[in-house]
Amino acid sequence: MGGFSFSRWLGILIKEFIQLRRDRLTFGMIVGIPIIQLLLFGFAINSDPKHLPAAIVMADPGPFARAYVAAMKNSEYFKIVGSVDEREADRLLDRSEVQFVVTFPVGFHRDLVRGKKPTLLVEADASDPMAVGGAISVLNHLGAEVFAADLPGLQRPAAEPMELRVHRRYNPESITAYNIVPGLLGVILTMTMILMTGLAMTRERERGTFENLLATPATPVEVMTGKIVPYILIGLIQVTLILLAARWVFGVPMLGNLFLLYGVVLLFICANLTLGITFSSIARNQLQAMQMTFFFFLPSMLLSGFMFPFRGMPDWAQFVGNVLPLTHFLILVRGILLKGNGLELMWGHTWPILLFMGTVLALGLGTFRRTLD
Amino acid sequence: MAVAPLVIDVAGINKQFGNKHVVKDLALQVRQGEIFGFLGPNGSGKTTSIRMLCGLLTPDSGRGTCLGLDVLTQSATIKRQVGYMTQKFSLWDDLTISENLDFVARMFGMKERKSTVTRALDGLGLSGRRDQLAGTLSGGWKQRLALAACLLHKPKLLLLDEPTAGVDPKARRDFWEEIHRLSAAGITVLVSTHYMDEAERCHRLGYIAYGTLLASGTAEEVVASQHLHTWQISGSGLQDLTERLRQLPGADLVASFGATLHISGKDGAKLKAGLEDFLRTTSLTMTAVPPSLEDAFIHMMQGSRDQFEG
Ligand SMILES: Nc1ncnc2c1ncn2[C@@H]1O[C@H](COP(=O)(O)OP(=O)(O)O)[C@@H](O)[C@H]1O
Ligand SMILES: [Mg+2]
Repeated sequence: MGGFSFSRWLGILIKEFIQLRRDRLTFGMIVGIPIIQLLLFGFAINSDPKHLPAAIVMADPGPFARAYVAAMKNSEYFKIVGSVDEREADRLLDRSEVQFVVTFPVGFHRDLVRGKKPTLLVEADASDPMAVGGAISVLNHLGAEVFAADLPGLQRPAAEPMELRVHRRYNPESITAYNIVPGLLGVILTMTMILMTGLAMTRERERGTFENLLATPATPVEVMTGKIVPYILIGLIQVTLILLAARWVFGVPMLGNLFLLYGVVLLFICANLTLGITFSSIARNQLQAMQMTFFFFLPSMLLSGFMFPFRGMPDWAQFVGNVLPLTHFLILVRGILLKGNGLELMWGHTWPILLFMGTVLALGLGTFRRTLD
Repeated sequence: MAVAPLVIDVAGINKQFGNKHVVKDLALQVRQGEIFGFLGPNGSGKTTSIRMLCGLLTPDSGRGTCLGLDVLTQSATIKRQVGYMTQKFSLWDDLTISENLDFVARMFGMKERKSTVTRALDGLGLSGRRDQLAGTLSGGWKQRLALAACLLHKPKLLLLDEPTAGVDPKARRDFWEEIHRLSAAGITVLVSTHYMDEAERCHRLGYIAYGTLLASGTAEEVVASQHLHTWQISGSGLQDLTERLRQLPGADLVASFGATLHISGKDGAKLKAGLEDFLRTTSLTMTAVPPSLEDAFIHMMQGSRDQFEG
């Protein structure tokens, strides 16, 4: 008797579509929320994160280079993850495993001693410009402080002992919108998807129509998935709205594959819808569903790297953040839009979303009440 | 004539919400084609009992069958063959009349959905308003729509929870004619109600108060089970004497019936003597009458309330 019936499922789907079409308020939300949030978050949000992971490419090891690396560590702005070769360094940057790569060029030691101002190359993942600003300004001072004392008086140059060349990758002009717009994509989807599905089932319960639905042979899987599908479409509409605004209003670059982007978006939408529908099968009324949504929405916004640079947060917050789908979604979307990442670099942030979704779905089906008890 | 098979046959059904014992040891037997009236004051457990019969609530204990299927384990199958009309209108206000019917037909996997819905609309006389939102219908029309919706899948058993509450007398009469037509066609109907005249239209009755089924049977059997002796009192100045009549020895129950008063008691001889004594000093007259169904119900309710509160 528990078999899935496609025609029943279709019936639920059609009903949801009709009800959605007649619900002016929800329709307003679909268009209104992205626009309002785009305006709100156009403002910059300042912060000064420390302990950013940095990799060192050491082409010329020597006492000065070692002293410089030690000074970077002492500044507390950097966490040195190790010495790597150039290719590995590139890969680390692409996967967002480090924020900086500092390269000591061949002849660094010799040039420094001779007062020839060697060039230190710093590559920064500046997709979130806020995250790297503080650290770069520290690097600028560091040169004079470290070497001034140790260089013999004669060779001591009047100004800087070396030159710092900073390479801001992914967002060379440090445009905040580049970072905010992909982030908004995630935040808006989180909020509207969870809220709307959260209300979908509790609304039936509050109006008493749930009793009628339960009196029919419809199964929990049919009801839950049938209610989800219309919102997937709504989510895709919202994403398209935001992407159009990102491209034509903010001029955000879109380097990666758009199909890949929509694939990631679809996964993220499903994860949020699953959570929403689970909330609504646990909640007794619409108010409770709303409270649960915000209870989940706040940490998502604060701890995912949307509001504050992820690496600037304390360990416990990063731990919580890693559980949230939004955290991984942000990395994936920035990776696709700003870095042009392809499929092969994405798995590491895809499975946490899948795991989250599976766990929540099991919870939702487990708590779906077939009766009014 | 062969006795019709039992469509509902349950016993020892209990349900508690928290520590509130809402239905106590309910036993119910309803035969095929019968109209069974379910009566009792508000909050006595009628809705809860009906919900347990169609699998919307799980009984804490008990056993029995509904349409030959186990109420505890086979509720999914029971649902397909039962038409349940909820106490409160529970179709979708923001769907039109035909969308509501179409949705219900889909849920029950009807084969010829379109024609079934069209026929139902014609039967309702609502074909012209098929695109009107259900939420904008009046009480009487909502009730007819709800009945039509729960008849779509041709159920063998109808569970109707206070279907005529808030419906005007004409619509109520039409409704009961429809119920009798269905019953004649072999459909079993269990209907809860507050109205005495509706109780009298049922083949058999059950009276439930504070979760306990106090009596069941035909109207005559229910009345007889109370062993009441009733006198009708009439005459001028009746109002002023009501309070004193209540105090008479053996007067278990005093109830107004229009301009007259019904006074009943279990101990007929004692009450009769008291009454004759009392009326000698007034201009009122007394006539022995058979106790009515309403007398019996009020008596049962008083009895169970005393027990419940005492
Ligand atoms: N889901 C529930 N949770 C807690 N109490 C309930 C629930 N449903 C009904 N009740 C209580 O059970 C009692 C019987 O209710 P109900 O079956 O609706 O009575 P009736 O239909 O005869 O008016 C009432 O006191 C009601 O408050
Ligand atoms: Mg009720």
